[in-house]
Amino acid sequence: MAKKKQRISMGSKLFDVINYILLALLGLITILPFIHVVGSSFATSAEVANTKFLLFPTEFSVNAYKYIFSTDTIFRALVVSVIVTLGGTLWSMLFSTLTAYGLSRTDLVGRRVINFMIVFTLLFNGGMIPTFLVVQQTGLLDSLWALIIPVTINAFNMIILRSFFMNLPPGLEESAKIDGANDFGILFRIVIPISLPAIATISLFYAVTYWNTYMHAILYLSDADKWPVQVLLRQIVVLASGINYDGQDFTDVPPPEVTVKMATIVVSTLPILLVYPFLQKYFAKGALLGSVKG
Amino acid sequence: MESSTAVPVKELKKQRRSEVWRQIKRNRLIYLMILPGIIYFLIYKYLPMYGLIISFLDYKPYRGIMGSEWVGLEHFQRLFTSSEFWMIFKNTLVLFGLQIFVYFPIPIIISLMLNEVRHSLFKRGVQTLIYIPHFMSWVVIVSISYVMLTLDGGIVNELLDYFGIGKINFLLNEDWFRPMYILQVIWREAGWGTIIFLAAITAVDPQLYEAARMDGANRFRQMWHITIPAIRNVIIVLLILKIGDVLELGFEHVYLLLNSSNRDVAEIFDTYVYVAGLQQGQFSYSTAVGFFKGIVGLIMVVFANWLAKKFNEEGIY
Repeated sequence: MAKKKQRISMGSKLFDVINYILLALLGLITILPFIHVVGSSFATSAEVANTKFLLFPTEFSVNAYKYIFSTDTIFRALVVSVIVTLGGTLWSMLFSTLTAYGLSRTDLVGRRVINFMIVFTLLFNGGMIPTFLVVQQTGLLDSLWALIIPVTINAFNMIILRSFFMNLPPGLEESAKIDGANDFGILFRIVIPISLPAIATISLFYAVTYWNTYMHAILYLSDADKWPVQVLLRQIVVLASGINYDGQDFTDVPPPEVTVKMATIVVSTLPILLVYPFLQKYFAKGALLGSVKG
Repeated sequence: MESSTAVPVKELKKQRRSEVWRQIKRNRLIYLMILPGIIYFLIYKYLPMYGLIISFLDYKPYRGIMGSEWVGLEHFQRLFTSSEFWMIFKNTLVLFGLQIFVYFPIPIIISLMLNEVRHSLFKRGVQTLIYIPHFMSWVVIVSISYVMLTLDGGIVNELLDYFGIGKINFLLNEDWFRPMYILQVIWREAGWGTIIFLAAITAVDPQLYEAARMDGANRFRQMWHITIPAIRNVIIVLLILKIGDVLELGFEHVYLLLNSSNRDVAEIFDTYVYVAGLQQGQFSYSTAVGFFKGIVGLIMVVFANWLAKKFNEEGIY
């Protein structure tokens, strides 16, 4: 009996050791490419050319960054991305919250029909071309609004918010109603303040989507001045051999492209990575995401 | 006798109707709240569905939907008889298969592994790292792959060369497109995908593990008999949703990887629609292609849901 028990714990220990090693490796492999990119972006051109496996540069250099900011091409794209991300997130949160709260009210006549109408858009949609034609006919082509208005509400995000509102204690609303608050007052003064974790999480989801927007930009914007940074990154790293895709000249002597490409990847990623630690604690409340069911 | 029962029923109906009306009136501000949302869905989701009509027309933008000529199923016929149809169909199917059979189990396995970790600091550390790629755009993921895989000094090829294996042209070689596609999907999404399974696992009663240990079940058996059954429903729901996404293989992702030398394996319905529709201006034909794709997706999700219900699972609706 005692023997058996010991064997189990031995096997269990071995299991733990292997499990920890595998998970540590997984985390490492996931993150190594990013370290390689960040490291190379701060390396000198000579070191990048000579080092086979570069993670941390021995000689620190910001030449690549100086280079990409020597004209305003990338800076302008970053500004566009920031505007779209901030504006789009506010816009989407406003309408998603209003819709989610309204549909969380179980006494709403017609609620089931409207819910079905929204869930159905997850299962079937008009597709790229008909949507393009609607965007065109609503006059959004070549405007930054084209990156925002056609994606005002993400049905998944709305459903997560709605489930969160539905799980709030019902007594709150009742007491506020007795105090004479109307529905808008209840939403903005009571429901939203106690739902901040959910609001923060969904805001992050929207912000990430807006920051990463690429497809809508290539579909709806032909004016290169309005391109967000993702489109430019694509041009610089994969398509173009040179950074001056729109005819702009860089006055400096170009450093090797590798460090410039790496630096461009870093600046087009960094803003989201800066927000991540602040919101990470909310992901732990993963249960929030467990309610995707319509 | 008949009339004596009919009158109260009518009265009752009337009464109920006025009650419903009162309820609507009481919630008028709520309707005002959801109005912008409904308008959004009608214009940007339902109007395009109406726009699918152009797949039956010879649509000319300057004539509009009403003025364009009706051609019936001509565009669909062209699609099905096109020499490229089977190529695209096969490519789409292969990527779908990779998503279901290669990608889908991975977040489940990682969740099970994370669930066995008792040091919460280690667990949170790993989670933090593996969530990160989800926040990168496909452009960033593909760009990083590009700078690592390029023949021109990419780190992977330098290493292969160093170990005497020789350089491989990953980016242009047809054979490497599919592995590259699915590895990128795994890299970006597998970590994030664990969240929902981990959430489901936390609902498991710890006493069950205790009891299983008493019975001499080892760690694998505990996983198999306790953890996996506990998350089975979540697995099925996500599988259905994944199947519903059958043809949503990520236009952006594939489009970014697509080039003239891997087109035979990389062209899928979405990229084909984009090229035929927006680059070549064949609005009606490309809409027909998209329509076909959408219908197949809808049928698949309804079928998967029916199947789940048949096996006494919950399904998604």
